[in-house]
Amino acid sequence: MSDKILVAIDGSEGGRRALKAAVKHASLTNADLVLTYVIAWTPYSFHTPEELAERHERRESEIERANESILASESAVAISEGIKVETVVRHGKIADTLIELAKEYDVSQIYIGRLGESRVHSMIFGSVTAALIQTSEVPVTVVP
Amino acid sequence: MRYFLCMLALLGGSISSAHAGIDDAINSATAPIATFIGQVVFFKIPIFGAQLPVVVLWLVVGAVFFTFYMGFINLRGFKHAIQLVRGDYADPNSSGEVSHFQALATAVSGTVGIGNIGGVAVAVTVGGPGATFWLIMAGFLGMSTKFVECTLGVKYRKEFDDGHVSGGPMYYLRQGFKERGMEGFGKFMGTFYAIGIFIGALGIGNMFQSNQAYVQLNNVSGGALDGLGWLVGLILAGVVFSVIVGGIKSIARVTEKIVPFMAVFYCLFSIIVILMNVGSLPQAIANIFTGAFTGEGVAGGALGAMIIGFQRAVFSNEAGIGSASIAHSAVRTDEPVTEGIVSLLEPFIDTIVICTITALVIGTAQVAAPDFAGDSIGVAMTSAAFEREFSWFPIPLAFAALLFAFSTMISWSYYGLKGWTYLFGEGETGQTIYKLLFCAFVALGCVVQLGPILDISDALVFLICVPNILGLYFLAPIVKREMISYFARVESGEIRKFK
Repeated sequence: MSDKILVAIDGSEGGRRALKAAVKHASLTNADLVLTYVIAWTPYSFHTPEELAERHERRESEIERANESILASESAVAISEGIKVETVVRHGKIADTLIELAKEYDVSQIYIGRLGESRVHSMIFGSVTAALIQTSEVPVTVVP
Repeated sequence: MRYFLCMLALLGGSISSAHAGIDDAINSATAPIATFIGQVVFFKIPIFGAQLPVVVLWLVVGAVFFTFYMGFINLRGFKHAIQLVRGDYADPNSSGEVSHFQALATAVSGTVGIGNIGGVAVAVTVGGPGATFWLIMAGFLGMSTKFVECTLGVKYRKEFDDGHVSGGPMYYLRQGFKERGMEGFGKFMGTFYAIGIFIGALGIGNMFQSNQAYVQLNNVSGGALDGLGWLVGLILAGVVFSVIVGGIKSIARVTEKIVPFMAVFYCLFSIIVILMNVGSLPQAIANIFTGAFTGEGVAGGALGAMIIGFQRAVFSNEAGIGSASIAHSAVRTDEPVTEGIVSLLEPFIDTIVICTITALVIGTAQVAAPDFAGDSIGVAMTSAAFEREFSWFPIPLAFAALLFAFSTMISWSYYGLKGWTYLFGEGETGQTIYKLLFCAFVALGCVVQLGPILDISDALVFLICVPNILGLYFLAPIVKREMISYFARVESGEIRKFK
């Protein structure tokens, strides 16, 4: 069985750079790629009843948009290099969800682009990349 | 926006010029109707010198029955409820759907309201300290009723082609009775329920809330808002309008975030006040227990205290009314029972925790200074109990009351809407008409002293307990079957934890 590498993409430049580096890695080591798009979401938020009623529709459209406009076009890059690609969209806290996915898909390595979060933003909300590095059980490559 | 301004101008114009006239006209026209409906709904039978409203008996018997029939699910399901809310059983593949926590939080902010602050004071004034004991008891038994109605709400909800869902008692009454071969009766009950929840949404879910918020604001401002009810009403209506018609979700989201914070803040300060009076605490607790069984100084004795406790509890936690089942039915789950189990926590948080804390604040104040509140009742009495320790407290309390009222209005606007769409279909125009009507009633609530109208809506909300609980009896075997199967699968590990 070949190695799997998880790549976190979000439609940004950083994500594309991470993918590019991961594709290079994968073609050298003959690994497969798992392209993931995590939609920031928390189960512990507060909503009006109306929002709850519309939640399912909204989730479906979020997943559809992620699949069609981001994962489909970006996976094409890797597929054209002859690499086997799986894609997954999931809602959750970004760092935690990436770690869960890494376990679920049994990957050996995570690639993530530097997100370009501002200092203030990271100070208040914490940096996704830092959280990922701190808690991941597999090596993490941060692509600048 | 222009639409909005027009509405404001229209309302403002008509109300300020003629509000005294409207007030009197409405009062005199509706008083006889209110008295009649009140007499029918709250028909009382005298037992041992107390007046027992049949509808309260109906609710209590239901709650006791469901507690036994479901094998004390209110105790057995409690730990599992917390595990579900924590997300222990949440499948990562369905992440992004409404979580149990979100459904619970929304339903709780619909029920935590003026009743938790003012209703308890009313109960203690009328029913003595012993009413608190029965209030807690009613909260405990009400957990079972909630379990049954919320499970059914999810099980019989209706899914539309575009993926949105509508559920609640009107749907399970119609569908459930149909399955039992009583289609016509089910239709009648569903329609009856929908009309009741619609009118109730305009009354206790709306006018009562905005009225109490205004009264409270006026109190803390030392009467500076006397005669300015129309202005407060318009502002409140404007904010509600911007949320439910304008779709400005951010306002709702902010309140939905502040309300739980306020509830925690309220409980925290209550505990501090109770601790500051810790010397009076044993006596206050003793009063609750002795009052519960002797009913000293209460009309109707122990039974009188019991009736009042039960009645206030229903007002506060809405168990048996079926409203929470409308909010819970939005949750997408393969196991309707899980929503029922989570909903157990609502009467627990609302009645057993928050109402008890309020009762102890008032109770300890009564022990320390029997005359602390003077003639004030309701929210003002609770406010006075806090004021003994913190002179500034009435201001944040009024703010909390305003927010509780606001979040309750937002929740009830949805419950009423679901009643409306059940009756008139899901058309956009109809929904907008309903929402405008709702906003107009928010403004009206602050302007006029609508005693009789509130009595009508109050009575109707109790009246819809009749079809709701009747339906629950018929459908309880289905819930029981699902519950047994669910717990068996949790036990066997077929339903597994993800965390």
